[in-house]
Amino acid sequence: MGSYVPNTPEERQQMLKEIGLSSFDDLYRNVPEEVILKDPLAIPAGMSEMEVLRKMQRIAEKNRVFTTIFRGAGAYRHYIPAIVKSVVSKENMQTAYTPYQAEISQGTLQSIFEYQTMICDLTGMDVSNASVYDGATAAAEGVAMCRERKRGKAWISETVNPGVIETIRTYCYGNGMEICMIPEKDGCTDLDYLKGHIDGEAACVLIQQPNYYGSLEEAEEIGKIAHEAGAKYIMSVNPISLGVLKTPGEYKADVAVGDGQPLGLSLGFGGPYLGFMACTGKMMRKLPGRIVGETKDTNGKTGYVLTLQAREQHIRREKASSNVCSNQALCALAVSAYLAAMGNKGLRQAAILSVSKAHYLAKGLEEAGYRTENKGEYFHEFVTVSEKDSEKTLLALEAQGILGGYPLDEKRILWCCTEMNTKEEMDEAIRILKEVAAC
Amino acid sequence: MLIFEKSRPGRGACLLPECDVEVFMPEEKYKRESKLPLPEMAEGDLGRHYTELAKKCQGVNDGFYPLGSCTMKYNPRIDEIVANLPGFSEVHPLQPEHTVQGSMEVLKLGEEYLCEITGMDEMTFQPAAGAHGEFAGLLLMKAYHESRGEGEKRTKIIVPDSAHGTNPASAVMAGYSVFTVPSGADGCVDIEKLREAAGEDVAGLMLTNPNTVGLFDKNILKITEIIHGCGGLCYYDGANLNAVMGRVRPGDMGFDVIHLNLHKTFATPHGGGGPGSGPVGCKKLLADFLPSVTVRGEERLTFEKPKHSIGEMKGFYGNFLVVVRALAYIQTLGREGIKEASENAVLNANYMMHGLKDLYTMAYDDICMHEFVMDLSDLKKKTGVAALDIAKGLLDHGIHPPTMYFPLIVPEALMAEPTETEAKETIDRAIAVFRKLYEKASEDPEALHEAPKTAAVARLDEVEAARHPIVKYNHQDI
Amino acid sequence: MEFRAELLYSKDHEWVKVEGDTVLIGITDYAQSELGDIVFVNLPEEGDEIKAGEAFADVESVKAVSDVLGPVDGTIIAVNEEILDAPELINESPYDAWFVKVEDFTGTEELLSAEEYQAFVEGA
Repeated sequence: MGSYVPNTPEERQQMLKEIGLSSFDDLYRNVPEEVILKDPLAIPAGMSEMEVLRKMQRIAEKNRVFTTIFRGAGAYRHYIPAIVKSVVSKENMQTAYTPYQAEISQGTLQSIFEYQTMICDLTGMDVSNASVYDGATAAAEGVAMCRERKRGKAWISETVNPGVIETIRTYCYGNGMEICMIPEKDGCTDLDYLKGHIDGEAACVLIQQPNYYGSLEEAEEIGKIAHEAGAKYIMSVNPISLGVLKTPGEYKADVAVGDGQPLGLSLGFGGPYLGFMACTGKMMRKLPGRIVGETKDTNGKTGYVLTLQAREQHIRREKASSNVCSNQALCALAVSAYLAAMGNKGLRQAAILSVSKAHYLAKGLEEAGYRTENKGEYFHEFVTVSEKDSEKTLLALEAQGILGGYPLDEKRILWCCTEMNTKEEMDEAIRILKEVAAC
Repeated sequence: MLIFEKSRPGRGACLLPECDVEVFMPEEKYKRESKLPLPEMAEGDLGRHYTELAKKCQGVNDGFYPLGSCTMKYNPRIDEIVANLPGFSEVHPLQPEHTVQGSMEVLKLGEEYLCEITGMDEMTFQPAAGAHGEFAGLLLMKAYHESRGEGEKRTKIIVPDSAHGTNPASAVMAGYSVFTVPSGADGCVDIEKLREAAGEDVAGLMLTNPNTVGLFDKNILKITEIIHGCGGLCYYDGANLNAVMGRVRPGDMGFDVIHLNLHKTFATPHGGGGPGSGPVGCKKLLADFLPSVTVRGEERLTFEKPKHSIGEMKGFYGNFLVVVRALAYIQTLGREGIKEASENAVLNANYMMHGLKDLYTMAYDDICMHEFVMDLSDLKKKTGVAALDIAKGLLDHGIHPPTMYFPLIVPEALMAEPTETEAKETIDRAIAVFRKLYEKASEDPEALHEAPKTAAVARLDEVEAARHPIVKYNHQDI
Repeated sequence: MEFRAELLYSKDHEWVKVEGDTVLIGITDYAQSELGDIVFVNLPEEGDEIKAGEAFADVESVKAVSDVLGPVDGTIIAVNEEILDAPELINESPYDAWFVKVEDFTGTEELLSAEEYQAFVEGA
């Protein structure tokens, strides 16, 4: 069996003796006799490192790794610069605890301060927290932070990623906020409906830009409707798109949230990712989660600390509005290393490559009998509708090692392109799909 | 120096190819107008920047890390290698089921092993951290009571005063009010007070056992019986599971729902604050309410949605790559190793406590579990040296301080958890350092007030940071 | 420790200054010294009701947060936004750093005089 306990059985006995005990059983004398386990746990015996590696490799081999991916829908395969992997594998950063002891945690704290700055620059907001679990929980926390005594309704667009909507629903099931769905019209948020129905009890309006179907929302208009009703405006955004698209700050959003996964985090079957949250200066004290601030030490030297902690659960306990007590620090480190490596130019390039390739693929798919459904502009995702069955379409691609778009129903597929998709692989996919027969 | 101050216009690396299709630009009205002042740096300088930051971090491999309640055990390297296998890391979460049978096997094995270790029937890996798990577990309770038509009347969650701050905060997020029950002089739940609080309005109890003062509550069976007696459910905060694995299981103590911290008990790295993983296990009676999907089947695995699921806690299947690491860890240790880990965690804690208790006042002088709490109020009265000063003094000796000022019921608390992966001589040396600092408190208290001397910075002004927050870099040119 | 003769005090360490039809409310010198460096204040909104013995605001130090309890019943007609930007004023000059201005107030007869409050604090 494997073990990471250094002390030998002899040393253990010696230690027991020194504290006046004779066996391990003595250490558990406060445990009631009737619940002490009589039998060993029914799990397999331990293994050597080599055996563990082999077994885990065998399990990993049962997954299929696609070299060509046209699927997004909330998780995106972008290029991850080599330096990002190198930075997050630095042992002292990877194995450190939360930076409660600021003096010996300046590395973690500074990296979070830099992350906060980059998220503010990216989103055009004033304040960012140190990150939360993922984009869905960031949206749910964003909704909760907008609640006011007389405003308990959250208006959520139907064009938001369904996983995000479901997560908001779960959080609201807990805290008692009411969810009002804004219906979709032609693949975008129905502005007229929102204008006609929102009232003085609205805490916030949340939309996604680009939305779940890849389309660009009339975000400025929606913000105006929200603010006229006295509600806060939350935008869930794709961070890569902000290399070229208007920021939540420019749209006058009060809160910007999103998933940081596209910024240097691998697909990883869904996690760990990172949720970013940023807001206006006015809402800073309502922002949940950790926040790092700059200050001076007793010698006047600049340093960084966790700040505004009185918002948090370990102090406020049952009066805290969120129980978040961690951040995805190592993922935040990856995100900052990614943004630093890419720079403005690189991020813009990734955005332009993605949107350009999506439009190339869409054109090719039209020729293959898959009509683009998006009415207006879209970013790097789009929906096709076809007489050809979605499942058949995707199996034809899969047979050639290609993960096609995400099937929305029997006729409609949500496609995604990033800079990783070459012209050759798109041409190949289009060629395969031209051969799929209509049903 | 901040990365932004190192940036020079025009620098950078060549990472992406030219566009091989016609370039498409969004319409003007959608385009960003504001500047994006991301750093512009050569890759070499970027590498140096992060190496410099890494030097200003203290990881588990940098030295003894007896941070109570956090279980800072060694993070095995093989687990990192396994999590980075492309078969795990390069898989899209929305791939068809037949192409992710490996990932599903990870979740299935994880559920099977962790349910056995904890005495639970089913488990979800969707919660991303302990606090997130608490929230999920409480929602399970809420859904359960509602399903029995008792949702309206059961409005209260009982939490001991020694609990982690997340417990009451999570209860409120789930729409409950919190009733705090005091601890007795022995550090355990005051049974009489608990009995008084237990009524038809109770939805459940949240408890950590061993509790946050490092003691196994000997009345545990009575406690869970009282709660069940009034129709409530018992929630186990798994923060301290590392003390009891293979010896006793929360399920057998009477708990109905638990969360685990894979980043504590199952040796996955803390990452400077995350990502963690907070799976939630439950007994059959709550299984129909579990969030998201669970993996079922034998040969061909499938995802199934529990009948009355509370919904999604976050996107996809939780922090999957953290679960992969934990699974590798469990398989390495196996049934004997898991028990051995807990036993030695408890031995190391008692050994360290024994080496200190003639000098440092122990909050509770009994056999401890995997951690123990010192009460430095006497020392503070005598010398003016507080728990904070001793903690800062430890920094100059390469030891990460114990958890300070927690639990709240012990004044001037230092809570130490050595874990099982520390050798006897490491603990011996730490004992010697603690003792030396105690003596120094009388001889030269001023020196301790000024500690640390050897860290990257001295003590920082937290008051100014909170009064006038600076939470991002101010780019001069914008 | 300063106790101002012209003010009334509650046992929860708030001071009350009667100015005709309105009162100003803040926290006492004793309260600020017990709390330590105050870094932030959460204030109610104009128009909110204040109730004796119930929290109407809270003050944060770096590692703690404490409720500020109403010393009287009444309606809040103004909040002191100055202490939002400069919470240190509460530490520096607690009797000038008022929190809220209240009208239609009742319950001042329950409050202590400076002498009584001083005796209460020193006895504690």
